[in-house]
Amino acid sequence: MKLNIAGEEKTFDDGLTVDKLIEVEQVENPEYVTVSVNDEFVRTPLYGETVLHDGDQVEFLYFMGGGAR
Amino acid sequence: MAMTNEQMERYSRHILLKQIGVKGQKKISNGSVLIIGAGGLGAPAALYLAAAGVGRIGIADADTVDLSNLQRQVIHTTVDIGKPKVESAAETMRAINSDVEVVPIHDFVNSSNVMDLIADYDFIIDGTDNFPAKFLVNDACVLGGKPFSHAGILRFDGQLMTYVPGEGPCYRCLFKEPPPANAVPTCSQAGVIGAMGGVIGSLQAMEAIKYLTGVGDLLTGRLLTYNALSMKFHEIKVKHDPDCAVDGDHPTIDHPIDYEQAVCDLASHKG
Repeated sequence: MKLNIAGEEKTFDDGLTVDKLIEVEQVENPEYVTVSVNDEFVRTPLYGETVLHDGDQVEFLYFMGGGAR
Repeated sequence: MAMTNEQMERYSRHILLKQIGVKGQKKISNGSVLIIGAGGLGAPAALYLAAAGVGRIGIADADTVDLSNLQRQVIHTTVDIGKPKVESAAETMRAINSDVEVVPIHDFVNSSNVMDLIADYDFIIDGTDNFPAKFLVNDACVLGGKPFSHAGILRFDGQLMTYVPGEGPCYRCLFKEPPPANAVPTCSQAGVIGAMGGVIGSLQAMEAIKYLTGVGDLLTGRLLTYNALSMKFHEIKVKHDPDCAVDGDHPTIDHPIDYEQAVCDLASHKG
């Protein structure tokens, strides 16, 4: 199946869950990343049970500080 | 109040824009913006807002100018090292445009002063560098009903989003709570490309000008990310979270919170 990840189309095995995708995509500091699938937030406890489907749009929102100092 | 000939000339490139005109320039001149943090993001934002003639600009920061700041904090110069950042920033802003009333606030923004500080301004720019401060500014703006621009920069990346009361999510709708101290890298640990502050801080100034003039579409309900290496902007649609602790249907936060600062940040803090 094809997923759109941060605007880029990528191919994955069917039945992939959000927690597996985080592993495959080697997301940095995953415990502090917010995931959205098709514009809806998926909260951490649901990563294991959230199965992704062909055409899903997945976004990783990263904490970003920086600025003053 | 009517504009002087000098003001007509100073702001002529704004006035030429059909969306701004004399009317829009007057809105800018009657407007007020509070910039929290006179650093990588606050510096370019303050320069452009002063140049634009925003009537009153508050700038809050407890820090002093350090040599390592000058790679990106373009409002300060080498002779300013050791000076309070807000004094250095205010001098530059007044030199650019004496129409602007600059209010330097040489203090830490915390739960006891944030509500009073934001109350005096139309729009808030979050130019802070740490997560406790970002959640503090967010919660205060939600509780105080103030629009603000969130932004963050790290390495070759930047992000920003605008919060307007009743329109789209707040920062806490996206990120539930600050990460533990040192769990997420900061600029002082991981570095940041200097021009990133210029890109993202200027976009924050743009949002402030758009808010004051009512021109265009604000970055509400959208997190804009920018990666300098791929030279790509990307927009992530974000929705208000009904379960948000400050902005949700049943909020549990009714006052701003002082989260613990990262220990290394405090230790490296130059007073």
